Amino acid sequence: MIRTRENIYKWIFTVLAFSSLIFLLGIIVVLFVESIPVFRSTGLFKFLFSRNWYPTNEANPEFGILSMLVGSFVVTIGAMLVAIPLGIGSALYIHELAGDKQKMYLKNIVEVLGAVPSIVFGFFGMVIISPFIQQLLKIPTGQCAFTGAVVLGIMAIPTVCSIAEDALSVVPKAFREASFALGANRWQTLWGVVIPAAGSGISTALMLGISRVVGETMTVLMVTGGAAAIPNSIFSPVRPMTSTIAAEMGEAVVGGQHYHALFAIGFVLFVITLVLNLVAEIISRRYRLKLGLDL
Amino acid sequence: MKAEITQKIGFFLLIAALAITILFLGSILYFITVNGVKVLSWQFLTDIPRKAMTAGGVAPAIVGTLYLTLGSILFSLPLGLITAIYLVEYSPKNIIVNILRMSINNLAGVPSVVFGLFGLAVFVKFFGFGVSILAGSLTLSILILPNIISASYEALVAVPRSLREASYALGATQWQTIKNIVVPTALPGILTGVILGIGRAAGETAPILFTAATFYTNRYPVSPMSECMALPYHIYALMTEGTHPDQQKMIAFGCALILLLLVLCISALAIYLREKQRRKYV
Repeated sequence: MIRTRENIYKWIFTVLAFSSLIFLLGIIVVLFVESIPVFRSTGLFKFLFSRNWYPTNEANPEFGILSMLVGSFVVTIGAMLVAIPLGIGSALYIHELAGDKQKMYLKNIVEVLGAVPSIVFGFFGMVIISPFIQQLLKIPTGQCAFTGAVVLGIMAIPTVCSIAEDALSVVPKAFREASFALGANRWQTLWGVVIPAAGSGISTALMLGISRVVGETMTVLMVTGGAAAIPNSIFSPVRPMTSTIAAEMGEAVVGGQHYHALFAIGFVLFVITLVLNLVAEIISRRYRLKLGLDL
Repeated sequence: MKAEITQKIGFFLLIAALAITILFLGSILYFITVNGVKVLSWQFLTDIPRKAMTAGGVAPAIVGTLYLTLGSILFSLPLGLITAIYLVEYSPKNIIVNILRMSINNLAGVPSVVFGLFGLAVFVKFFGFGVSILAGSLTLSILILPNIISASYEALVAVPRSLREASYALGATQWQTIKNIVVPTALPGILTGVILGIGRAAGETAPILFTAATFYTNRYPVSPMSECMALPYHIYALMTEGTHPDQQKMIAFGCALILLLLVLCISALAIYLREKQRRKYV
């Protein structure tokens, strides 16, 4: 009697636990199925590499997302140029220079800042940073790839910083002590021993930071301008993939080609972030194995 | 001597990195607080929007965010807790469980706008919930599910083995042990995860864009099937729609301040609880 009940509970838990797997598969299936009509009519190659995006042209709509891919790429690279030095620099400070109490406060502050919603960053970028950059650089519009990169970069700092700090903190103390024993000073130890040892953990932080920036929607929607064209400089407006979906879904007719094309963008976006996350996970697993830690 | 100078320069750069980070993030908090405070009042919090969004308050948006957040916790807490309990207590070590772990990690990295598309296709269209609080809550609940799972997992793993063994020694079954010993002990940690999940769900915009949110209504939502205003979406709408950009901007500052306070207080509370708990065990 008790046996049966125990088994029933175990079964219920097993079945429900796999719901996450079902959701992930569900997302893949839904995105794929909703994208098929566009892949079929436009062709995957033309969809990815044509720069003509005229979704609402009734006679001859065209769906090419090259300019959005370029837009996402430019903004992401720019954002990482901001987030990597500041995020990793802050992590190194917290790890190496902060005292115990300061360390605890700084880590918690970084974590709290990581919880600031992206809409707040987007709003701040739109009303403060973008006019500021426009005046500072005397450019026609402050809503451009550069502003997007700056705002997204600031937003990604807490993510990069806290993951990098985790990676640094699991480097065994013995590594440092061995380095000091050989006469190295703190900086030499940090640069020559601790950072290389934490290297793959830090690259995990970068991957997850990139993944967060690529998938970020509201911020880019509000600060990058939104011209669906390949930018000719970093001060041109761009429209990354995420903001195209968010901006155009409201006007797309459900079940129409435009609707399916937006799902297809979502599918491409999903594949990109999935690859980044898988790479991050593989690196971090290897790293933990190397240091002899539990998975 | 040269090594000393390199060290000085290196440490200086690290201090500079942290200072710039704090300056950037601090200035966001500063600008939003200074401007937001100007419009914040009792009326702003409790009144409906008036005069085409240029006056009155944002109460329906606050209420909408509250419903969406609570709704999403309602779905994701049981599911997340059950998954975590399975992973800690029941799961065998095999490749299928590994795949499950990987899919949870990857679900956490899916862009929020993709959740919005999924919610639109599945909850709004396929199940026919329409643009509604129900569809939005379900979409958000999948988004925060990985957070709830990993926080609960950490909390359950931290429960000492000896407590479980003591329970078995007294003749309790596995389920009795989980129900009476493991979960109650891990409760503060689980609570932390729930609170962090609430903070995340309250601030997300992209997932509710196509599934729950509406820009302008002067009514409160009456059922789970009605669409609603929400604070984060309201900020976006104020900045991109409407005809009085300047007045709308100030209201958006007010909304941003409320949202910021809400999310910062929620996560500060969660972190406080976690630190307190950690000290108890160590």
